[in-house]
Amino acid sequence: MSQQMVKTYLFTRYERFWHWLQMVLIFILLLTGFEVNGFYALFGFETAVNIHNYTGLTWLVAFLVFVFWLFTTGEWRQYIPTTQKLFSVAMFYAFGIFKGEDHPYPKRKEAKHNPLQRLSYLGLSATLLPVQMATGFLYWSYNSWEAWGLTFLNLQVLAFIHVIVAFAILQFVIIHVYMTTTGHTPFAHIMTMITGWEELKEDEAAEGWEVRNYKNKMQQIQDILEKSETVK
Amino acid sequence: MKPRYFLKCCVAVIMATALFCSFQPSFASTPAENNEAPGRELAKQAVKGTTRWTTTDHSHHEVLKQNFTTGEEITKACLSCHSSAATQFHKTIHWTWLATGKEKDKTYGKAGDSVNTFCLSGNNMEDKGCLSCHTGWNKKGVDGEINCLKCHNSSGFNFIESFADIKSFEGDDDPDTKEMITDIQSEIKDAVSKVAFPNRANCGNCHFNGGGGDGVKHGDLDTSMTNPNKMLDVHMGTDGQNFTCTRCHTTVDHNIAGRIYTNPAVSKRESLIDDDMAPKITCVSCHSDAPHKNDTKMNDHTDVVSCQACHIPTYARVLPTQMSWDWTTAGKLKDGKPYHEDGPLGRPIYKSIKGSFTWDKNVVPEYMWFNGSLKSATVKDIIDPGQVVKVSCPVGAESDLPALIYPFKVHKGVQPYDKINKILAAPMLSGKNGYWTTFDMNDAIKNGHKTLGIPYSGEFDYVKTSYAFPITHMVAPKENVVDCIECHTRKDGRMAKISGVFIPGRDISSIINTIGLLAIFGTLGVIVLHAVGRIVTGKNGKKEA
Repeated sequence: MSQQMVKTYLFTRYERFWHWLQMVLIFILLLTGFEVNGFYALFGFETAVNIHNYTGLTWLVAFLVFVFWLFTTGEWRQYIPTTQKLFSVAMFYAFGIFKGEDHPYPKRKEAKHNPLQRLSYLGLSATLLPVQMATGFLYWSYNSWEAWGLTFLNLQVLAFIHVIVAFAILQFVIIHVYMTTTGHTPFAHIMTMITGWEELKEDEAAEGWEVRNYKNKMQQIQDILEKSETVK
Repeated sequence: MKPRYFLKCCVAVIMATALFCSFQPSFASTPAENNEAPGRELAKQAVKGTTRWTTTDHSHHEVLKQNFTTGEEITKACLSCHSSAATQFHKTIHWTWLATGKEKDKTYGKAGDSVNTFCLSGNNMEDKGCLSCHTGWNKKGVDGEINCLKCHNSSGFNFIESFADIKSFEGDDDPDTKEMITDIQSEIKDAVSKVAFPNRANCGNCHFNGGGGDGVKHGDLDTSMTNPNKMLDVHMGTDGQNFTCTRCHTTVDHNIAGRIYTNPAVSKRESLIDDDMAPKITCVSCHSDAPHKNDTKMNDHTDVVSCQACHIPTYARVLPTQMSWDWTTAGKLKDGKPYHEDGPLGRPIYKSIKGSFTWDKNVVPEYMWFNGSLKSATVKDIIDPGQVVKVSCPVGAESDLPALIYPFKVHKGVQPYDKINKILAAPMLSGKNGYWTTFDMNDAIKNGHKTLGIPYSGEFDYVKTSYAFPITHMVAPKENVVDCIECHTRKDGRMAKISGVFIPGRDISSIINTIGLLAIFGTLGVIVLHAVGRIVTGKNGKKEA
């Protein structure tokens, strides 16, 4: 490896806070949720339900703040899906990783997520989590359906969707945790999510397709700022 | 992001959560000085001022200071002031033993076509054995005089026996006998003056002993309820609220609120806030339909689950209650004489005149949908002897809006029926032609059916029956309420037989769970293989490694 490794600040405090908060919330929700489903007895049904409800509602509110952050900072562009290099990233994890190949997609500040991550995080944040929150919230507000004109809903169907998505989220969590060990050392990625700093290769700038939207926006902001200064 | 933005974000999240939660009743804590569940607070309002006041003292009434020789004379004395009491009372089921029902060609009640799984039928008030519970002075049924004291006397004195004694001394001029009569009459005079609103013992005399003994019929009414403690009944407990029956069974014109055969106790469950003149017969009357504190999940249940379902964990908690009655074994004699045999719970398990019984204590109820109406069998109903005949069962398919899940005692019977006419039999039991004298069931049915004006083919057999009693008394203190897990459990929960409602924790999709678990363990398997591959190749994405 010829390039110089440079420490780069990749994840801001809020991002890291949000990540670990979400981890705790999802862990509690999975643990209590599967107890309510009857897989095991841990807290007792009543306590499990109460913890699950409080945690779920907290998550719902925290998620709304996250969505606000995502759109006001423009960070949502990090999640725009792309098929470019998607296959080669998949191939890397399937084969290349065993042969000692380089990751086909080095991280950059403007493009933190590789195409495979983009796709799975988008699937998670835009599909699984909202569905889980919506079904969970409706499940919790069961007795208000009549007042809200939602009597067409079926509690059983709602509950089963909630369970299916719970399994999907659990599966994501397992894969996600395992993938963190694939950095240049097993704990490198985890450390990045704790400190925010990651060692990146110095000279590799993000390519246009990776940051098209992100760069454009940043450029626009830059232009506006320059203009306003010229006016002065 | 700079540290101050991070802090702002954290604060924003916390503030937003707090704001959201504060709008939710489940999170909003009630003020410290008002720490009671809303349902309790309401109920306390409904029953505050428990001492009833009166402007009369019956011991001062001249008309009650007579030397009474018969019960009828006492009633006349009562009616000399309470002139409308008899007219009112004659119209009530406590006098007529007849109830209205949906089917007009049948009469309901002990004096009607109703049957049960105990002494089977009242035989149109001709079975005089039943009439000891009738509110008259003698066994003439509705032709006799009302016995006001049965409900309105707190002395516990046995008037009927005393008057019988006086009558037996009639015509005896012996001065000792005369003195005894004077003594009895002065005792009667003392007792008569203790006129009162009905207490638990008055109602319990009949209702605790229904079916011919203590705790035979109802699982939630027996003599332990005469002076219960709070643990047995949180409302009636003498160490607590000390309610009498009429605290809830409120009365208008001598009509006492409560379910009567097929007719529900109330047409709708409403609280005194909705209608301050409503009877206090339902839990909702005083407690409202959202009684629980700070806990919307409990209140969320009240659209499906009755209060009784959780608040009466078991019935017959102090004394045993009869669970089955099998008439097929009746009639066995020892040395040509009827006998009876007691079981381990101190209650008879066999009586020659009645058959075999089983008893139980601390019984977990059965749960069924119930909209307040019962379907009650009569001797005129055609039965299917191939099945268990439901002599009494709750009405309320889950599609009926007001139906809730209620607890029941289900008494199992094996009783005679007319094989050809396919109707339940109503044998005459007491009296000189009754089964208890003759031990001839065929003859007893013939005599019984005559009193009811229904046919008898001359052939009988026995059929399995069941009789469901709603469990609504013996409400336990809140600490002893049924735990969530007893219903919200996959197998053998209290709600195992309840259909038509999704119960979290009970109702799971085994397909979803199986596929889900397969996916999880499949993923773990792939990961293990992948990790092993990385360790074996030792490369981990690094050529130099």
